[in-house]
Amino acid sequence: MKIIKKILHNPSAVAGLVLLLFICLCVTIGPLFTPSVTDQNLLNQFASSSAEHPMGTDEFGRDVFARIVMGGRYTLISGIVSVILGLAVGIIMGAASGYYGGACDYIIMMICDIMLAFPSVILAMAITIVLGSSMFTLMVAVGISSSPIFARLVRAQFMSLRDATFVEATRLSGASDLRIIFCHLLPNSMGPILIQGTLRIGSSILLAATLSFLGLGVQPPTPEWGSMLNSARQYMWESPMLGVWPGLAITVTVIAINLIGDALRDYLDPRTRSLL
Amino acid sequence: MLKYFLKKLGMVLIVLIGAATCSFVVLHAIPGDTAQAIAGPQATMEDVERLRASMGLDKPLTEQYKSYIIGLCHGNLGFSYHNGKPVWDLVAAAWPNTMRLALSSMLVAILLGIPLGVLAAVKRGRVADTISMVIAFIGISMPSFWLALLLILLFCVNLNLVPFYGIQGWQSYILPSVTLGVHAAASIARMTRTGMLEVLGQDYIRTARGKGLQESRVVFLHALRNAAISIVTIIGLQFGILLGGQVVTETIFSWPGIGRMIVDALNSRDLQIVQGGILILACTFAVINLLTDLLYGILDPRIRYN
Repeated sequence: MKIIKKILHNPSAVAGLVLLLFICLCVTIGPLFTPSVTDQNLLNQFASSSAEHPMGTDEFGRDVFARIVMGGRYTLISGIVSVILGLAVGIIMGAASGYYGGACDYIIMMICDIMLAFPSVILAMAITIVLGSSMFTLMVAVGISSSPIFARLVRAQFMSLRDATFVEATRLSGASDLRIIFCHLLPNSMGPILIQGTLRIGSSILLAATLSFLGLGVQPPTPEWGSMLNSARQYMWESPMLGVWPGLAITVTVIAINLIGDALRDYLDPRTRSLL
Repeated sequence: MLKYFLKKLGMVLIVLIGAATCSFVVLHAIPGDTAQAIAGPQATMEDVERLRASMGLDKPLTEQYKSYIIGLCHGNLGFSYHNGKPVWDLVAAAWPNTMRLALSSMLVAILLGIPLGVLAAVKRGRVADTISMVIAFIGISMPSFWLALLLILLFCVNLNLVPFYGIQGWQSYILPSVTLGVHAAASIARMTRTGMLEVLGQDYIRTARGKGLQESRVVFLHALRNAAISIVTIIGLQFGILLGGQVVTETIFSWPGIGRMIVDALNSRDLQIVQGGILILACTFAVINLLTDLLYGILDPRIRYN
């Protein structure tokens, strides 16, 4: 609760929160008021902004504003779900590694090092190629590529806690390893993990949009922002604004999330806190 | 120092073997029949089988893995499925382009990032600080492919100032380098600011000021040097991220580098090229990380002895 109070005193975090709430509101109830995202009208291609189409129309005469609002759902969901998937994998890896130590730790950390040896775009690309291109595989790919970062964090937390007195006490009272890990160690190391998770949502959204942009993620006609930019690339001469709106939407969303993430990190790290 | 170096080098070798194994496993797990895909839909069963045998695709996976690793040790990355050229030659032709672009982007990032960060730290809490940090924040949050599109729209479509396709002289470097450099510059600026603020609060800075040195000397000779370690770290890290970003940027600007080679090969299912390209990128990445670690050890003796 202290952390929430602290964050509400940080103006940039409040700005991020308000922005994010606004975006969430738009993407949840927005599509009720906008035209259908698949309504084509080939007579009205590349229309410029008007009262009827605030952001104009695309190459099929579809309303760009409606597609942006709808696309936000996919973007926000892919960002959050991929972080949750990454957390799940990372927590299992990090918990095994930090709690058991020894050979287990060595092998898991080696796997993490190997995964981190690939630039994350390449790693995620490789995974989407194997699993096929869809919204779900996109989220799995992005999640897996961020899991080594979570694994390292969880491992560090567990290593500092595993010899603590309360863990000894639980062990003496006969609790199993799984119980110690999930009921005692994990809840006590959740703070930094959640903060790192929030920080990763922004970069996950960027990575997911990048993959969709390369044609490896969400497929047209689904209105995802990255794939909208990919199709806009071919029509830059006819309608330059087509390439502006989706990117602006991604940037604003990521800014909102990063504002919150930064405030959380500053709260956690007293060294930077004193510098603010 | 030698022990530190050997330890790091050993780590790099292990990671590379792992990376080679991973790229082999991943690409063989891709669904679909490669031989069929190459032979085309009109090929007879016999042709497909002959092709499969000639490419060694009919052998068990362990055999294929063994010949792949032995080949790697001889510098053999295999042959392109489509035109039969050695992958090594293709990679060797593309790698210098990728590195040239990476280096010029890093130059852009350093030239933009460090001054911005120093300015923000020196003018802490003033308008200049706020403006620099807002710029850096937007730079971090913006997808690089969107920046690339905006730059193309402005400088190629509207102003028609620079080419946006392939390499046509030095002007071709401008847009891709800026695209890749801005993101790195933003991270470098933020790190420089934090590092500088930490150093500027130290006693020796007060001493330097107290003995009457010019402020510019204090900032650049005393403070910036001591903040260098954190800046070098972030530059090394950003270099790796930059290599990943190349994939997208090279595709957008049709840059004849490794990133675009991988994406093209992916679309035509030329797995050998994908494998070779990914491996070379991972290699480059690992060597850069090694260099950063070594530089780190040189800059801060405490790290070397731990």
